[in-house]
Formats: sequence, structure tokens, C-alpha cells
Amino acid sequence: MIKRIVALFAVLASLATWAEAQEVKVGVNLPYTGIGAEFAQLVDRGMELYLKLNADKVKPYTIKLIKRDVKNPGGADAKIAVQELLTQENVDILAGWIYSPNAIASAPIVTAGKKLAVIMNAGTAHITNMSPYYVRTSFSMWHAGYAMGEATSKILKAKTAVVGYTDFPPGKDSLAAFKRSFEAAGGKVIDEIPMGGAGAVPDFTPFFQRAKDKKPEVFFVFVPAGDHAAAVVKTYAALGMKEAGIKLIGPGDITQDTKLQAMGPAAVGLVTMHHYHADLDNPENKRFVAAWKEAYGAAAVPDFMAVGGYDGMALIVHVVQALKGKVDAEKALEAVKGWKFASPRGPISIDPVTRDIVMNEYLSEAVMKDGRVFQKVIGKIDAVKDACKEQKIGPCAPK
Amino acid sequence: MSEYRGGAQARTALARRHRVRAWEPLPWIVALGFFFAFPKHLGFGTEVLVTILFALSLDLVLGYAGIVTLGHAAFFGVGAYTVGMLAKHGLWNEPLTSLALAGIVGAAVGLGSGLVLLRTRGLTLLMLTLCTMALLEEAGNLAHTWTGGFDGLDSLPIAPLLGRFEFSPLYPTTQYLYVLVVLFLCFVFVRTLVYSPFGQSLTGIRENILRMPAVGAPVPRRLAVCYTLSAGIAGIAGGIWAQANAYVNLGTLGLDRAATVLIMLALGGRGRLYGAFVGAIAYMVLSHFLSKIYPTAWQLGLGLLLVVIALFAHNGILGLGETVWRRLRVSRPLNMGAPQHRTPNPPL
Repeated sequence: MIKRIVALFAVLASLATWAEAQEVKVGVNLPYTGIGAEFAQLVDRGMELYLKLNADKVKPYTIKLIKRDVKNPGGADAKIAVQELLTQENVDILAGWIYSPNAIASAPIVTAGKKLAVIMNAGTAHITNMSPYYVRTSFSMWHAGYAMGEATSKILKAKTAVVGYTDFPPGKDSLAAFKRSFEAAGGKVIDEIPMGGAGAVPDFTPFFQRAKDKKPEVFFVFVPAGDHAAAVVKTYAALGMKEAGIKLIGPGDITQDTKLQAMGPAAVGLVTMHHYHADLDNPENKRFVAAWKEAYGAAAVPDFMAVGGYDGMALIVHVVQALKGKVDAEKALEAVKGWKFASPRGPISIDPVTRDIVMNEYLSEAVMKDGRVFQKVIGKIDAVKDACKEQKIGPCAPK
Repeated sequence: MSEYRGGAQARTALARRHRVRAWEPLPWIVALGFFFAFPKHLGFGTEVLVTILFALSLDLVLGYAGIVTLGHAAFFGVGAYTVGMLAKHGLWNEPLTSLALAGIVGAAVGLGSGLVLLRTRGLTLLMLTLCTMALLEEAGNLAHTWTGGFDGLDSLPIAPLLGRFEFSPLYPTTQYLYVLVVLFLCFVFVRTLVYSPFGQSLTGIRENILRMPAVGAPVPRRLAVCYTLSAGIAGIAGGIWAQANAYVNLGTLGLDRAATVLIMLALGGRGRLYGAFVGAIAYMVLSHFLSKIYPTAWQLGLGLLLVVIALFAHNGILGLGETVWRRLRVSRPLNMGAPQHRTPNPPL
């Protein structure tokens, strides 16, 4: 009898540890309220959609998302959120980060907490150098900027460019990346125009007039995704720059899918470089966009932020499977480094040296098709790495 | 206001008001108890203490002197950047001295801007304080080689406190106690100040700025001194925030921070020493836990509370508590550090 009871307890105990191993806690920090709420929703939906579509890939484990609002880009609230996810919730993996300042502020805690941390948006290039546990599934500002410089010279055959940028670090990053590769390929940046801060949408007319007066072949613009982009397109059309033969180009932030249709015909002719837009023609993306519309309504459309969340969750599921539900940070980093995935943005992988994403960059032109603005791919660069870390420029050089 | 018949009486009245009441050690015991009871919440606790300190500095200008400002984060940010830039560029990283320096720089900026701004009143003053802050924020953005711009300065190499206690990023025990001690010292300073004749004259200025020169109070100088001291304390709050987080960015200079602290003070009750405590704690605890439960809709709960407070309790939570207390015990007078609307003595 006693033997039986002992055996029963042994079975129960092993069941309990087994059940414990089944659940992996992922601590998600996103700005669910305030000006970033729109972005947080896209990343959040991307993560949830992956889990919904791939329930069988997650089995036999379950992934529990513990969500925390980081409220603003100030750093302090994000830091507390990450701290508490680690010390109170004992999460196995961290994920999220829309704003670069928050990822930068969190870095020492991530390092001290020793957990895998998946960045799903924040794009300042050197962030992944700041903690050995940071892995990025979104992009670096250099991905699109650097590729665009090269493509402007080689595909668009332009020799002169003016750069207009929103005067904050992503804008400066984008300018530096574009200028470096464009001038290396034989082009010349003839003017650099800072166009106000990121806080409010300025009147772009004087900046654009200055660019127009310089008569460049292309006008490269970096502004934050969202309302800035809509104003850029409007001003470009109003000043008749297209008629003057100046092509408006930029990273895909200015043709964010969620804003593109609202821009309407004014957006036609825009040439952008980015790793994702909803019109990409590949089977994974078709499935992704269809599932997105089914889940969130016919008018909803995913964009590059949504894909950052979707692919980030794919990476997390891969790690959980590879480590059989016991997520140890050092082993997780090993598992991450070998990861390859057929993403809606095409094939992606994680660079084993920098822990940053390697992906295709697509050169696209906005055209009208079936009464809507359609992004037509006119060029592609395969397996692009973050050039800032590749070439060890400025803060991207390892310390 | 020195030579009049009731001078001795007034002095006694002031001294009596300054005495420490039986319940006053309570907040500090609670703060210490929090340290032992919730070791996993110390990061949040530290942020609350810093915010109380910041709100206290605002209370001095807004609650006592009646200077309406929307740009108080300017001094918070200046203090934070003083600590941040000195540490990041390898110039100075000893916590106590750099904190003192943050206070001095904050006060200097307060004095410089105050001498200009305080010539105006009301809406003009409000706009100018806002402008000062916006200018500083933009200057911080432009000087990005020094300030790190939008991304800020990270991983500040702050030296151990007193050469012994490390600032751990994951378990901020040192930070919590350090901030608590600094808050206590600043509080004692502010408490002494507002109960002093100087503090009384500030209340007088707030209540009737035209009458104060008539009793011989140098109004512009009093306001400038008050603004400078308050800016110094805000600078200390910013400096200690940068040390506790080992991090500083443009958010410290933002309207968000300035407006939030104003709301906290209104919530707690301005012109009351403990209004900063009650307001900051109520606002932050509510938003912290509501945002944990409802990450996407927590602001609704907080907004409703603010509407209720604004409609039914003009003097904030403390004012409400005081009213209720007075009604319950009409016979016994009570003073929670409330502003004196009546002169302390019978009319002359």
C-alpha cells in the first residue's frame, strides 16, 4: 500500500514538473496606450496571429503572453516594465520594443536578467550591440537606407540627390546610410535638409521648395511612419515636383501600408526601399494577408510592424521547440543563430555574429491598380545585412 | 511685516504651525516598510519616490507661490542631463557630488529663466514656461554628440554610492534607499521653508499679489528666489532619476512629464506639503496596476477618477479628506499643512 502511495506521488510529481515545462512565459512590452498604441496594436496582432495560425507548431508547449504597457518612449516606464516582467513574473523570454530609446534604456536590465530578448520594431542600428541577449526580427535603419543608396545609383541610374530628413536619430541614421552607399556607388548628395522634429508634423513646403530649387534627380525623404508620411506626399504633389522631373524616394516608412490607401493617387510614382509591404508576391505573404483580413476585418492591412511581431513570434516558437520548453538564455542564443524562416517578407535568418536580421530589400514603385494604390516591386537585393554593423560605423563598432 | 503689535504672537503662531505632528513620521515608516515588504517592486517604488520629489518642487512654485507653470520638467531634465553628460563623457561620476551639481545647475537655469519669465503672469507665464522647456528639449536634440539626442545617453557609469553600494539594474535596493534619504532631506528643507516667514509671504503673494507690496514684501525677488529653489529641487529630482536609471533621454525634458506631474499635484492637493505624496502615489499606483490588468484601456479608469476629483474635490484628495475630517470633528481644529487663507492673527 505504502509503495503504491509513493508511486502515485512520484507520478504526480513528474506530471507537475512536466506541466511546468509545458508553459513558456513570454513577457511582452509595448506602448499599448498613447501615440504608440497604433504601432503596438500592429505588433501585438502580428504575434497573436502567428500563434493562432500555427497552433500545431507550438504543441506540446503553450506560450503565455504577459503584456505590459510601456506608455511612452521615455525609457523609465519601459525599464520598470521589463524589470518587473523579469523579477515578478519570472518570464522565460522577453519581447516587444517599439521605440529605440526604450530598448536602449532596457539593455542593462536585459543583460542582468539573462533572458532572450526579441526586439520586434526598434530600429536604431547599434541596439543589438548593447546586450548579448538582444535579437532583432524587425530591421535596422541602415537596411533600407543603405540599400536605397545603392539602388538609386544602380537601378534608378540617378547621379544627384537631395536628402530631407526628420531631425532625430532614425532620420540621421537613414541619411548617413543613404549617403554612404549612394556616394560609394558614384552618386552625389548635393543638399541635406533637416525637416523639423518627430513630435509634430511640420509644414513641409519650405523644405521641399529648397530641394526643388537644387534640381536633383531624386529627393530622398525620411520621415516617421504615420501622419508625417501623408503630409510629405501631399506637399510633393502640391509643389509640382513630379512634373519638374524629381523622383520622390525613401524607405518604406513613407508608404506604410496602413496609410497608403488614404494618400490615394498622390502617392503614385513614389519609389521606396523596404523589407516588407502587403503587396509582396509570395505564398507566405498571401496567406498572411488573407489571415490578417479574416481575423481583423476586410479593411485591415498588415504592414512592416505587423511582420516584425509575426516573425518575432515565429522565432520564439522555434526556440521553445529547439530547447524542448526549457528556455535557457545561452542555449536559446545558439538556437537563434541557426534559425531560417520563410517569412511573409521572403526568406529571413538571424546573423550569428550580430544577432540582427538578414533579409531581402525590395525596391517598389507605387502605381494605381484596380482603383487602389499598389506597390509594384521593380528591384530586389537579396540577404541584406545591417551595413552599419557590417562596416563597424560609429556606435555600431563593438565596444 | 516685522514691526507691529502682534509680532511676538505671530512668531508663536508660526512656530506652533511648524511643530511636528504625531502622524508625520507615518509616510516615512510606510516608505521604509515598503522596502522590506515588496523587494520585487523597488524599481517602481524608486520611480514613485523620484516623482514625489519632483512634485514637491512643483508644489513650492505652484501650490505656495501660485506661479502657474507647464514647463517644470525643464529643470528636471537639466539636472538629469548634468548627471548624465558628466558620467557618460568620463568627467565625473561620484553620485553625491554630481547630484549636488545637478541641483546647482537646475537652480541656475531656474534663476536665469525666472528673472525673465516671472515678469509675466497667468497665461503668458504659462506659455513662456512651456517655451523654455521646448527650447531646452530642442537644444538637447541638436547637441546630439553631447546629449545622445532622441536616443539619450545609456549605461551611465555611476560610481557606487559612498564608494560601497553598487546600483544594481535588476534589484534596485540601493537606488530606493538613496532616493528615500534625498527625498527626506529635501522635504525637511521645503517644510522649513514654507512655515518660515518667507514661506508665509509666498502664500500671501499667491492670495493677493497686489496687496503684498503694500505690506512691504519685495514680490519679484521673493518669486525669483522661490522659483530658483524649486528649480534646484527639480534638478536634484532629475539628477537622482538619471543615477537610479543609469540613463537619460529627451523624455526628461518633455511636456508629458511636466503635464503629468501637474495632474498629480492637482490630484493630491496643491499648496499642501503632503499633496505631492498623495497625488504621486495615487496616480502612479493606479496607473501602474490598472495598466497591468488592462494594458490597452487603463487610461479610461484613471481619466474617470480625474474627472470625479476635478468635479467634486477642487483641493484634491487631501482637500477632500480634510473637509470630511472637519465635518466629523468640528470642535477640534486640524492642520494638515494646509494653506492659511486667513491671516494668523486678528486683524490689526
